[in-house]
Amino acid sequence: MRTPKKRRLYLVIACGLCLSAAVGLTLAAFSSTLTFFLSPREVVSKHPAEGLSFRLGGVVQVGTVQTTLSGETPTTHFAVTDGRAAVPVMFTGVLPDLFREGQGVVAIGSMGTDGVFHADEVLAKHGSAYMPKDVEQSLKEAGKWDPKFGPPPDASSWNTMPEKTGS
Amino acid sequence: MNENVQTIGLPAKTGGWLHYLANPGRFLRTIRPILPWAGSASFILTVVGIVWGYQFAPADWEQGDAARIMYVHVPAAWVAMAGYAALALCSLFSIVWRHPLADIAAEEIGPVGAGFTFVCLVSGALWGKPMWGAYWVWDARLTSVLILFFLYLGHIALIRAFDNKAHGYRAAAILALAGAVNLPIIVYSVQWWNTLHQGNTISISGGAKIYVTMLYPLLICTLGFYLGFLTMVCARIAAAICERKTASLLLAAVERG
Repeated sequence: MRTPKKRRLYLVIACGLCLSAAVGLTLAAFSSTLTFFLSPREVVSKHPAEGLSFRLGGVVQVGTVQTTLSGETPTTHFAVTDGRAAVPVMFTGVLPDLFREGQGVVAIGSMGTDGVFHADEVLAKHGSAYMPKDVEQSLKEAGKWDPKFGPPPDASSWNTMPEKTGS
Repeated sequence: MNENVQTIGLPAKTGGWLHYLANPGRFLRTIRPILPWAGSASFILTVVGIVWGYQFAPADWEQGDAARIMYVHVPAAWVAMAGYAALALCSLFSIVWRHPLADIAAEEIGPVGAGFTFVCLVSGALWGKPMWGAYWVWDARLTSVLILFFLYLGHIALIRAFDNKAHGYRAAAILALAGAVNLPIIVYSVQWWNTLHQGNTISISGGAKIYVTMLYPLLICTLGFYLGFLTMVCARIAAAICERKTASLLLAAVERG
């Protein structure tokens, strides 16, 4: 004979399983709309219609940043890449401080008829590795990491290294 | 066991340790002497962590001094989620074992957890503006934490919404348990979907992608925030138990005439 407590426990577990399954299936079904941005590869394969507003996310491709000044406002041309495809982007206005080659960015705008993504807004996406400038410099000097080309190496190789490497 | 305690209603038969914890009077006697110590420890740890983080820890290579907001933002976010996990656990005890202390705890965790979630959201917005270029974006991480905040607010409102306290406890417990689905979504949102929010720096499986002299103040702040949360919740529970005792004594006095 089951006690009321056991019955309630089983009821809670059953409800929890059903709810988790329902939420999991919903999230899986809506995964494409829950994504904050499209990667260049998705843009190339899906071809969003010209003028349709969406967010493009990726890394600023090294060697593609060109800034021209017309009057007061700068116009910047650069390419956003995910390593497999690249989309050219044009943005008029002041970029975030973190903007640099190799930096993760999310640009909001639409594709133009010229095949260039016209961004109305550019957001910088920063990394999840925190280290002092000295450590970054010594990793760079040792040739172990260049922030232009992706995230830092395995954390255990730098998170306890001496802050100033003397020579 | 005196009769004042019994008016709160003890379950007659439960497991040993559960039975021990279920006694509000015993809880009061155990927790009261600890509270000032826990409060002081929380205050000292938080101050040490904040001063260390903001004054002595190195600036970040990429974000400079702006990354120092993490010494508030990250502990607040962790405590907000742990608080909700505690709320869900209390709700389970409330629904399955009809544990009187779990009801009181659930009622008192809500406002404190909502406060920490609010700190997390505000500090995150202040961090987002200079670094991302936006106070708020509707990415999966930010949205799921906002939902956590609304779950807390809904729980606070629901548990106090009924004239019959027991009805409020049942309804709020169901809400809290259903909302627990949101916790793994918050944690894994940055892995499952593209988000503007960066990925996890500290994970259970991998090493911490943070330099040691920045990690220590972060951990000290986290400890301070956790202790602060526990102190506030326990103090509120103690006050709530006293309130119920007073109410039942007054009621008894009125009935006696």
